[in-house]
Formats: sequence, structure tokens, C-alpha cells
Amino acid sequence: MGLVSRGAAEAGRGAASAVDRPGPPDAVPNPTPTPPAEGADPGSSRSPGMVLKAFFPTCCASADSGLLVGRWVPEQSSAVVLAVVHFPFIPIQVKELLAQVQQASQVGVTVLGTWCHRRQEPEESLGHFLEGLGAIFSHRPWFQLCRERGSKSWSCKATHWQGPASPAASGEDQVMLIFYDQRKVLLSQLHPPTALPDRQAGDTTASAGGLAAVFDTVARSEALFQSDRFDEGPVRLSHWQSEGMEASILVELAKWAAGPVCLFLACLLSLISAASACRVFKLWPLSFIWSKLSTCEQLRHRLEQLTLIFSTRKAESPAQLMRKANMLVSVLLDVALGLMLLSWLHRKDLIGQLADALIPVADRVAEELQHLLQWLMGAPAGLKMNRALDQVLGRFFLYHIHLWISYIHLMSPFIERILWHVGLSACLGLTVALSILSDIIALLTFHIYCFYVYGARLYCLKIHGLSSLWRLFRGKKWNVLRQRVDSCSYDLDQLFIGTLLFTILVFLLPTTALYYLVFTLLRLLVVAVQGLIHLLVDLINSLPLYSLGLRLCRPYRLAAGVKFRVLEHETGRPLRLLMQINPLPYSRVVHTYRLPTCGCHPKHSWGSLCRKLFFGELIYPWRQRGNKQD
Amino acid sequence: MEDEQSFSDICGGRLALQRRFYSPSCLEFCLSCPRITLRSLTAVTCTVWLAAYGLFTLCENTMILSAAIFITLLGLLGYLHFVKIDHETLLIIDSLGIQMTSSYASGKESTTFIEMGQVNDVVINEAIYMQKVIYYLCILLKDPVEPHGISQVVPLFQSAKPRLDCLIEVYRSCQDILAHQKATSTSPEGGDKIISASNRRSHSGMGAYWHRQEDKR
Repeated sequence: MGLVSRGAAEAGRGAASAVDRPGPPDAVPNPTPTPPAEGADPGSSRSPGMVLKAFFPTCCASADSGLLVGRWVPEQSSAVVLAVVHFPFIPIQVKELLAQVQQASQVGVTVLGTWCHRRQEPEESLGHFLEGLGAIFSHRPWFQLCRERGSKSWSCKATHWQGPASPAASGEDQVMLIFYDQRKVLLSQLHPPTALPDRQAGDTTASAGGLAAVFDTVARSEALFQSDRFDEGPVRLSHWQSEGMEASILVELAKWAAGPVCLFLACLLSLISAASACRVFKLWPLSFIWSKLSTCEQLRHRLEQLTLIFSTRKAESPAQLMRKANMLVSVLLDVALGLMLLSWLHRKDLIGQLADALIPVADRVAEELQHLLQWLMGAPAGLKMNRALDQVLGRFFLYHIHLWISYIHLMSPFIERILWHVGLSACLGLTVALSILSDIIALLTFHIYCFYVYGARLYCLKIHGLSSLWRLFRGKKWNVLRQRVDSCSYDLDQLFIGTLLFTILVFLLPTTALYYLVFTLLRLLVVAVQGLIHLLVDLINSLPLYSLGLRLCRPYRLAAGVKFRVLEHETGRPLRLLMQINPLPYSRVVHTYRLPTCGCHPKHSWGSLCRKLFFGELIYPWRQRGNKQD
Repeated sequence: MEDEQSFSDICGGRLALQRRFYSPSCLEFCLSCPRITLRSLTAVTCTVWLAAYGLFTLCENTMILSAAIFITLLGLLGYLHFVKIDHETLLIIDSLGIQMTSSYASGKESTTFIEMGQVNDVVINEAIYMQKVIYYLCILLKDPVEPHGISQVVPLFQSAKPRLDCLIEVYRSCQDILAHQKATSTSPEGGDKIISASNRRSHSGMGAYWHRQEDKR
């Protein structure tokens, strides 16, 4: 309590006294508007004691002496060194090269200072020569990095050159050396932490921070890294690719072959989609069936994905490239799993066994349902039902089952052929096979669905009738115009008949409710099984496997941020830090790169589900895209 | 320059605070949590194996014993890799940012780095934690929309949970560096922030707490 505020007061006093120091005398007015969050004066305005940051690539730590080439970021007072130009060089040619790179990459690449990698004590002439270079390439501040060969002692000076006359007038600032792996920083993609939903996208770029600027600079300066030390150009550079351009034969071959293959497949896919969109399939019975089967939905989804992958347009952003790659890997894995399933089915001749077992299983299910109805027609769980209604409903459902059995027996010769063709479809992918399985289950349990609809409609009717007659019993009425309950005076005969009907419905309620309950439970069981299958299909569809594989094998490609490690420090030497890439955690990889699925998720919560069950409204566990049932 | 001090956490366990002073602009604090003891490990293993043996005498199935061994091994590995934090490190670099590292007992390290441009201040807050009221050190992040507002509170040393005396040590050093950074930054707002009193909104921490108005005048 008191300790905390005393500590804060001390710190406040200390900070206030720090600010009372005289400010810099040569403040240059800022010509360009700067973002309000960082409002910095570019260039020469500085306070004494400020620490400059120099980002130095680790590949240049063993390079010969030369000039430092890179970009100066005044807002963060940091210099990003991109390459080292070796002696001998002609200053005009260096300036030409930098102008070319600047034009090609839109990055302000300049000469930042000198780099000296020496064996023993420095020669005086070299020291003066290096300082003389500062006059040719004017840059404020001018960096002079120096390293003794074979040891870890570095030294770094940053001078603000006031003029050749009096070196004492030039100020020196402290420099912090930050080493970074150029190749990894070039290839990685920074994922800033997820912005809060009420922020606009424009704000985040302003406060993106210095490290995003470093990554951006390195990534956009590819033009500088094109020449290696085997080139016969006028200027010799040292950077991460100076030992030779990095490339892979397989990747180059794939890129070369991708053009014609994509064109061919794109034509094929456009033919297929044109065929599927033709008029014949839009006629009423067919279009109704297509919209109900989840197989067609899955096939359509896959066709869309394949069209996107093999489209001849190049991906505009890295996110789109990742999405294409994820889709391709997902499709390939799907097909591979489907082929494995197919080989397993054929090896053990499971299709024949399945076809043989299907009819007895359907018979068994029908038999069980008959037993259930017999039980309901008796005294189920000791409850006493209304005999007449019970018999009517029971006989109605029994006849329905009898029809169903006959239908199944009619279909039995063709089952094996159908199943064999369905099994073939597994080579289109495991998801298609699972969708077909889900559809087969739906078709086989169609009678349960019918029973559920009959029971639900009857129960719904009963509940509505009961509520309306209950209002009549109390002397009230539902006002449709005002959408509320109003009192109403009924005639005697209306009241009489209404009360009679109300009594009848109340006494018939347990029977109907019991049938409704039993068939709803059965229907929910079937829905749960289908839901599990759909969940598995969604998982295979949406999991970003390429991104997960990239995170596993090349963690620096997906960066959540950076981390720093302090290297060996000696007093009097500048502080050296190593900047490494902090990879994205797996959960964020899945969250950022997950693929969009069909979107067939249950739309209502548990509360509304219970409400619908109580009032007997029909439940549609998933809606097909854009289509409504009934 | 390195020195080590001994403190205690809110439950009474021993903590060791190592402070490394690299330069006036770079400071590192390493807080070591109490280690896993042989006694607790033996106790857990014995409990699990006794329970498995009890089940075995009931069911006469040897799979239970092998399952118990498997569970113990996997549980221990999982605990060391995902749960048990060995030490937590706070690295403050002037004009660069603040980095928090948690090192697990299996050697895994999880790091978070916050850039100095996003840091508003480092303060000690009070919070209601279960049945206690504790102090914790936290970093206040700037709101990109409102320059003097706060968008997020990041608590530090969450596994070690040191007491106030340890927190004050860390707090004083952090404030020295932050003050130095604000004084020497090129931002014209840097000076204004120190002089003008900043009113901060309350934010939710670990449960309900009230935030002291820090008057930095």
C-alpha cells in the first residue's frame, strides 16, 4: 500500500528530473506527417545518451572489410544492415547499384557505414581512410563497426558528422548490436497478435512496431541478394546468398511443369462444373434429392477447392498461397486415405460380406421396432394407455414397418452391385466415402424418420389444441392481431364443447406423448451417429495440414514474434544480442489457417432445442447450404 | 554483474532471484521456483501403484499393472514438459522491449516479447486470488486508438508468485530503465507522459481488484 506509492513517487521524481535536462539544440522541423502513436522526428533530432540499434546479419560476421549497406529507420533509431560491399570498389558504381535496388524494391537502401574485420591492431591509415569514406557517402549517423579476427570482441561507433574541421564537435551515441539470421528473417512471415474486434485494420499498421519494419525491409530487398560472389559484376557484395543462389531442382521442375498441368486440369474441371450445372439437374425431383444428400454437398465442396487450386491465376498474398497449399494437401491426404480404405475393403472382400449382412441387419432393426410397438401397445413401463388410440397408432406404425420390410426385400438383389459401385467412390476420397455412409444410414433409417415426423406432428397438434382450449377454459383468447392473450366472452355451447374436447385431449395426452418420446429418442440416436460422421468429415476438410507440417519442420517460416538472447558481454564493449524467431504455437496455426467447411453446423443452442422438443416442433439438425426443408 | 537474493513466494516456498546487470540499458531477472522434491514424486508414484494393485486383486487382469506404469511415466513426462516451471526470466532492454521467458523442467522454453512502443508502464497490482489478496507485477500495454489509455494487462511471474519485497526490487529496476527510455526517446510525447498525471481505467485481472491511481508528478 504505502510501499507501492512511495516507490512510484520516487520513480516519478527520478523521471521528472531526467526530463529537466536541456533538449537538443538542432531540432529539424518534421516535413512529413508522422503517425500519432509514434510521432518521431526523423534524422537529426536526438537526446544525448540515446541508444541506437544496429541489426547485423550473422552471415556477414566473418566477411572481409568493406562498406555497410542497408536501411536506416529513423522512427526506431535503428539501422538494418543488409549486405557488405567489399574493397576495392568505385563509389559511383556503388551508388548506381543502390539506386537500382531502391527502384526495384521501393526500400530506401543506402550506405550506412564501414565494416572492419582486422587481424591485429588497427593501422592508422586504415582508420583515416575509413573516416574519409564518411565524407563521400554522407549519412547521419555514420556507423563504424569493427571486429578482431578470431575473437569475440566487437566495437561499434556511431558518429553524427558535423564537419571535417572539428571531430570534437561530432557527437557519439551508444550502439546496441542485434544479430539476426538473414535467411530465416527473409523467409518468415510475421503474425501479429490478433487485434481486438473494435479496432480498424489501419490502426494496427501504425503501431506495428520496429520489428515488423525490420522483417519488411529484409523481405522486400530481394533485389539486393540476387548477385553472389561468383558474379563478375563491378561491386562485390556479401550477404546470405553470396555463396551461391539457393534453389532446389525439384521446386524448379515443379514450377516449370505447373503451368501446363494447371491449364489442363482447369479446363477439365470447368467442363465438369459446366456439366453439373446443366439444366437437367435443376428439375424438381433431382434437385430436391441432390440438396438432401450430403455426398453431393461434399463433392461440390471438393470441386470448388480443386478449381481454386488449379486456377491459372497466381496467388496474390502469402495467406492465399497457404490456403491453396493446405487445400492441395488436404485433397491428397483424403484420396490417399480413400485408396487405403478401398484396398482394405477389397482385400478382405468386405463388400460382399457387407451386402450379405445388410438385409438381415435391416430385418433385425425392423423386428426390434415391431417388438417395441408391441410393448407400447401393451402396458409400457406399467403406464395405462388409452386402449383405442394405442391400437390405432400401433397398427398404423406396424403397417408402415411391413411396407418397409417389403421394400427392402425388393431391393435385395441389387444391393451388392450398388455397394460395389459405392465402394469405388472411395477413391475420390475418404470424406466422400464417409458422406455416402452417412447417406446410407439416413436411407436405411428412413422409417424411423417417418415415425418421428408422424409422432411429432400429432403431438404438436395436440399441444396446440390443448393450449388453445385451456385458454378457452379460463375465458381467454389469443388475439392474432395484437399477438397477445385477451379475455373473451364465450357462449354456453362453445364453452361446453370446448371443455369436452379439452378433457378428451388431456386424457389422450399420455399415449401420444409416449409415442412421441420413444420415436424422438430413436431419431436423436440416428442424428447423433450421423453427426459424428459429419464431424469427422469436417475435421478432414478443414485441418490445415500443410501449415502444421510447415510449423513442425520449418518453424521459422511462421513467426509469432521474436526472442532475444544476450551474448557474452564485456564492459566497454557494445551490448550484443541475438534475435531469434519465436514460432507460432500450434493452436494459433490451426486457428489462423483453418479452411472453410460446408458450414453444416447445428444452428440452435441446447435451450432452443429443448424448447422445440417440448412443443413438438420438428428438428432439422443441419441445414444444407441455402436450402430449407418443407 | 550478477547477484542473487533469496525470497519467498505467497505459499512460503523458497525463491531465488538472480539479477544480471549487462549495461545501464539492459537488465535480466531470473526467478527460480522451488524444485520438484523426491518426497512428492515418491508419494504420487506409490499412490498410483497401490491403487493399481488394489484393482488388480479385484480384477485379476495384468493389463492394469502395465497400464499403471505407463500412466505414471506419461504423467510424469507430461507434468515436467507442460506444467512444472523451473524458472522465469524477465529481460528488459531499453528502447527494444521487455521479454518474458518461462523455462519448464524438461527444458522447454516459452518466450513472449513485447516491444517498447507498446509498453505503457510496469506497475504492481493487488488482486484477490482464491481466498488471499496478493500483489503481482504487471505490464500495461498501450491502446493504439487512445494514446494514454490501456488496452491490456500482462501479469508477470505467474508461476513463481513472489511476495511484495521481491516485486519491489524488480519494480524499482524496471522503473529506472523505463524512465531512462522515456527521457531519451525521440518521441515528443515521451516527456509529456511523465509530467502529466495519467488516469488509467480499471481492467480485469485475476479476479476483482482495484487499481491505484499512480500520480507521477
